[in-house]
Amino acid sequence: MILELDRIDTFYGSSHVLQGVSLAVAEGEVVALLGRNGVGKTTTLRSVIGLTAPRAGSVRFQGQELRGLPPDAIARSGIAYVPDDHRIFPTLTAEENLDIARRLSPRRGAFGKAEVLELFPRLGDLLRHRGASLSGGERKMLAIGRALMAGPALLLLDEPSEGLAPLVVAHLTEVLERIRREGITILLADQNLRFCRRVCSRGYILEKGRVEHQGTMEAIWGDPAVVTKYLVV
Amino acid sequence: MQSIVHVVLAGLSNGMFIWLVASGLTLIFGVLGVLNFAHGSFYMLGAYVSFSLVRALSPHFYLAMLFGPLVVCLAGWAVERWFLRAVYRLELPYQLLLTFAFVLIFDNLVKIVWGAGALHPPPGLGPLEGSVEILGRKFPIYSLFVIAVGPLVALALWALLERTWIGRIVRAAASDREMAAALGVRVPALFTGVFIFGTWLGAVGGALAVPYVGVLTPGMGESIIIEAFIVAVLGGLGSLKGAFLGALVIGVLNAFGTRFFPAFDMALIFLLMAAVLLVRPRGLFGVARS
Ligand SMILES: Nc1ncnc2c1ncn2[C@@H]1O[C@H](COP(=O)(O)OP(=O)(O)O)[C@@H](O)[C@H]1O
Ligand SMILES: [Mg+2]
Repeated sequence: MILELDRIDTFYGSSHVLQGVSLAVAEGEVVALLGRNGVGKTTTLRSVIGLTAPRAGSVRFQGQELRGLPPDAIARSGIAYVPDDHRIFPTLTAEENLDIARRLSPRRGAFGKAEVLELFPRLGDLLRHRGASLSGGERKMLAIGRALMAGPALLLLDEPSEGLAPLVVAHLTEVLERIRREGITILLADQNLRFCRRVCSRGYILEKGRVEHQGTMEAIWGDPAVVTKYLVV
Repeated sequence: MQSIVHVVLAGLSNGMFIWLVASGLTLIFGVLGVLNFAHGSFYMLGAYVSFSLVRALSPHFYLAMLFGPLVVCLAGWAVERWFLRAVYRLELPYQLLLTFAFVLIFDNLVKIVWGAGALHPPPGLGPLEGSVEILGRKFPIYSLFVIAVGPLVALALWALLERTWIGRIVRAAASDREMAAALGVRVPALFTGVFIFGTWLGAVGGALAVPYVGVLTPGMGESIIIEAFIVAVLGGLGSLKGAFLGALVIGVLNAFGTRFFPAFDMALIFLLMAAVLLVRPRGLFGVARS
């Protein structure tokens, strides 16, 4: 297992958001975090990268305990995070957004700038544009590209398909497949079950800060009781 | 005409000291999000420490001017590392309260070490002593030197922030410290570094003021921090470009006020600030902050 969460508890102030979440991701897997709005998917990803550190439990990555490490150390150990709101640096150009990730990472992976631009050809025309001037879809691509530039072993993606047109989602599906083929493990949170079914092999369903159900994506997809109980709004 | 040129020149050189303090203040606010009320104290400490070093290292004035601000950086380091870091999460009033405490602490420190009375450093500095004739009237060479230093500092800051890697990282962390951390920036260390650098800028202003102001007093930090605050607000909090232009405007306006309306020179500045803020509530170059 490249990533193992063992009964983590995460809080925002005094509100107890994650209540004993456990999950495991094997190297090379693409795993989904599923569940309705507000169940704790984002908080789970933030707990891994250390932005909201769990107060209890353990987060092991490649056998190393991450709990207690600051986010910058977790990032350098080989985890890259793409937030749902992209968080592109607005005053830096698209190119600087890409370069800074490589600059800050001690790691080198399969994706350099040329490879990222090959994945997202549209970014090639935007390199000189400030982050603030990019559209939502462009920011999303840039955020994924920026994460890849860090040469991660594990990629955390929050709502990657949210707000994208069907054609763009199809492209994203291919992109994630290429990333996976380079040996990068992916843990993603998404509400689009159809999309998750295409890119992920397994899924964990969260409900009120707990893992309520887990299984292969096919099993989840094929279980109408689970889908209506936890996933369909 | 002749006297107007001289008033403008005097205003510009005054403005450069305000700029040096305002630049550090602005940089620290822009990156750390902290309004450092004690920034004027670093200016004051820069002046006092350099004054003592000028005497101790005489005739090596330049070494004193170089090392004085570096000594003050230690104070900046201590303030950020051991105190400010604890209040980043808190509201602005708490930060102001803490930094205001340091104003009092540093004032008293200066009184203990250098005495409560005024010190009178000799004017000028080595080859920069004396004056040149401009339009038939004498103008201090040292003031011209100060007028040249300001834009050079502005240019260097711009190049540092826009053209170097550390500058890009600083800009990234300034706009989104969480995301910067998630990409591997050691944000606490970066903040300490930026604070020390801002301290250095203010202390350099103080060191440069030693041969200029003619008198050092324990209250000199307060008067300059008020002007620097006005400049920072006028230019748009967090904007270095705004701080630079604001310092020029305030410096010159102040000189005209002192020359032609000595009874209410500060009123002129506050009037300008009120007028600008009515039209542009975020200042000349201010941007919305989240
Ligand atoms: N910054 C925050 N402060 C307080 N509560 C938060 C914060 N962010 C999220 N929450 C709460 O934590 C719970 C889980 O949120 P989140 O992890 O964002 O869910 P999801 O990503 O599954 O939609 C929600 O109830 C949400 O209201
Ligand atoms: Mg979410």
